[in-house]
Amino acid sequence: MKYILYYLIFPGFLFSSIVGLLACWVDRKVTARLQWRVGPPWHQNFTDLVKLLGKEVIVPESAKLTFLLSPYLGLISVVLVCTGLGRIIILPLDSFGVDLIVFFYLLTVPAIALIIGASASRNPLASVGASREAKLILAYELPFILAIIVVVIKSRGAIQIGQIIQYQMIFGSNLFSISGFLSFIAAIFCIQAKLGTGLFDIAEADQEIMCGTLIEYSGLPLAIFKLTKALMLYIVPLFIIVLFLGRDLSPVFLTAKYLMLLVIIILFKNTNPRLRIDQALRFFWRIPTLLAGAAVVLAICGL
Amino acid sequence: MSHKIIVPIGPYHPLQDEPEFFQLYVEGEKVVDIDIIIGYNHRGIEKLSESKHFDQVPFLVERICGICSSSHPYAYCLAVENILGGEINIVPEKALYIRTIIDELQRIHSHLLWLGLAGHFIGYNTVWMWAWKYREPVLDMFEMVTGNRNNYAMFKIGGVRRDIKDEDIPLLRKMLDELLPAVDLFRGAVMDDPVIKMRLKDVGTLTYQQAVDWCVVGPTARASGVNIDIRRDDPYGVTERLDWNVILEKDGDIFSKTIVRILELYESISIIRQSLDKMPKSGVIDAEVKDIPEGEGIGRVEAPRGECFHYIKSDGTNQPVRHKVRSPSFMNVASDKVSAVGGTISDATITLAAVDPCYCCTERVAVINKINNRKVMNGWDLVKLSQEKTLKLKEGYHGRPK
Repeated sequence: MKYILYYLIFPGFLFSSIVGLLACWVDRKVTARLQWRVGPPWHQNFTDLVKLLGKEVIVPESAKLTFLLSPYLGLISVVLVCTGLGRIIILPLDSFGVDLIVFFYLLTVPAIALIIGASASRNPLASVGASREAKLILAYELPFILAIIVVVIKSRGAIQIGQIIQYQMIFGSNLFSISGFLSFIAAIFCIQAKLGTGLFDIAEADQEIMCGTLIEYSGLPLAIFKLTKALMLYIVPLFIIVLFLGRDLSPVFLTAKYLMLLVIIILFKNTNPRLRIDQALRFFWRIPTLLAGAAVVLAICGL
Repeated sequence: MSHKIIVPIGPYHPLQDEPEFFQLYVEGEKVVDIDIIIGYNHRGIEKLSESKHFDQVPFLVERICGICSSSHPYAYCLAVENILGGEINIVPEKALYIRTIIDELQRIHSHLLWLGLAGHFIGYNTVWMWAWKYREPVLDMFEMVTGNRNNYAMFKIGGVRRDIKDEDIPLLRKMLDELLPAVDLFRGAVMDDPVIKMRLKDVGTLTYQQAVDWCVVGPTARASGVNIDIRRDDPYGVTERLDWNVILEKDGDIFSKTIVRILELYESISIIRQSLDKMPKSGVIDAEVKDIPEGEGIGRVEAPRGECFHYIKSDGTNQPVRHKVRSPSFMNVASDKVSAVGGTISDATITLAAVDPCYCCTERVAVINKINNRKVMNGWDLVKLSQEKTLKLKEGYHGRPK
């Protein structure tokens, strides 16, 4: 019962949805200011979501059942991450029974859900989007794993996030070492691809394939995908902060660090055009992989 | 192994604001063929203009396109003045300068508009918003001089409708000065950005030979090294007397097309400045042409997208007997057939946009079969139709003997 409350209200679904949607608003507002626009009011994302809930759900004739199920798959897994990570941040010593590897997999599920849903819709543009998303996963997962391995090595093989936080409380944040810094840079690129913003807004490229993966979605399923995206915008940077900047996780510092990382992501997004998928693949397998690989070697050497 | 699927771009698509239809045949991400289907936006302007009198037509033709809304009336006026004995012989000195200023202002606003849209199409929305922000003062200049942001209604046969007031000139100069840093900014942002280079370099290439074969015009041709510019080759207005360069690039890829357009902004600003300097302080701006004699005339103007051509046939009445428009996008859009094939879908979208297509200009003829609502004419049918029409014109107009 207690766990259900954790999952549904705090720090799970309800809390993280609100924070996620507010983070989306920060994204939109900062973007707007950068582009000499005014930007929406703070409640815009909530109203958008409510509006979508009231819309008719249109299902393509040839779509399969997975078309309607996959949004929930993504949402459930990302809320699970929010709950687990939120608990650990509040009580690092209370081992919640989830470790780094579980989080890592759960964070990939929303992208997989998008691919499943898009493929089930049988739209040619959606299939292009799905194939792009799949290639993008292939591209960024390798450097992302390497960057996380650095953290594991630095905290002497701990894969419980609680232990990683404890280690950082004693020895200082992982970021402030050569290997930590290099892997942090690699991780920043990876999370942008995970969030699908700016440079890596490839699967949804609205001017090319009209929101590719999401093209057939409407109403409630679309709202759920949007919500999943908002939650990802909240939890993925948080995940990176816990791993690399986990020394002081009191609410004020955490918020400051989170906003800083968010603004970095937004700035990246607004100062770069979108890459082509082959360029993204080449980029990830060269620079971030090289950085993270070098960081692994350095971390083994103790730097 | 791989199979072809059709990725539709259009008739309604976020890529283009206007209705058009590109069918991309793709294998995976690679575009192997492309079908260009136009004709969703036909408004019968040529026919319409044959039922207006000569002074009404400029208002009609400037509505062919909201972006080139001075090129079309200018080309039309040149065509009529060609019948009358040439622009330079009829139009008063001051009006020539005003015409050139308006024409070049339009080029600035059109190129900035394209720059913004190109940024949008490669997912760089900041460039989009910034380019359009700096385009706004140009539209304000238009409003100051002509009273309108678009569809300026400036051109009339034998002159212009409104004068540029002396008290406006310092402000115009100041606004141009303020525009220069913005152009510098865009030049820096495009030329030095490694990601933009990655996206645009060697993409959608149109070689010199292809450019010649497909008869492209304007910046699209100049980016491929084809040295054409109507302002120099067949001078109109006062461009002959001013000091400016034709911008040429060699590569023919989208990067060169962008560079050509950005560098042309500098030339346009320079042309306007020189015109403002040399423009006579006072004088008439209208030759008050009364009658249009019998005859044929052509007018050519370098629109922002390339050569805009108007043909006028007059039979001595107050209406044109035949009005033919050939707009630049009609020539340029076809070249997508070579430049977009072979790239990926991502490349294709920016390649389609790189010729700065303007479908309003492109739509000339579409015949719809009323029974099954399908287009029934192919290119050859259209040629035959126009030949029949020419024959009819030789005999006389609407039963009136010649």
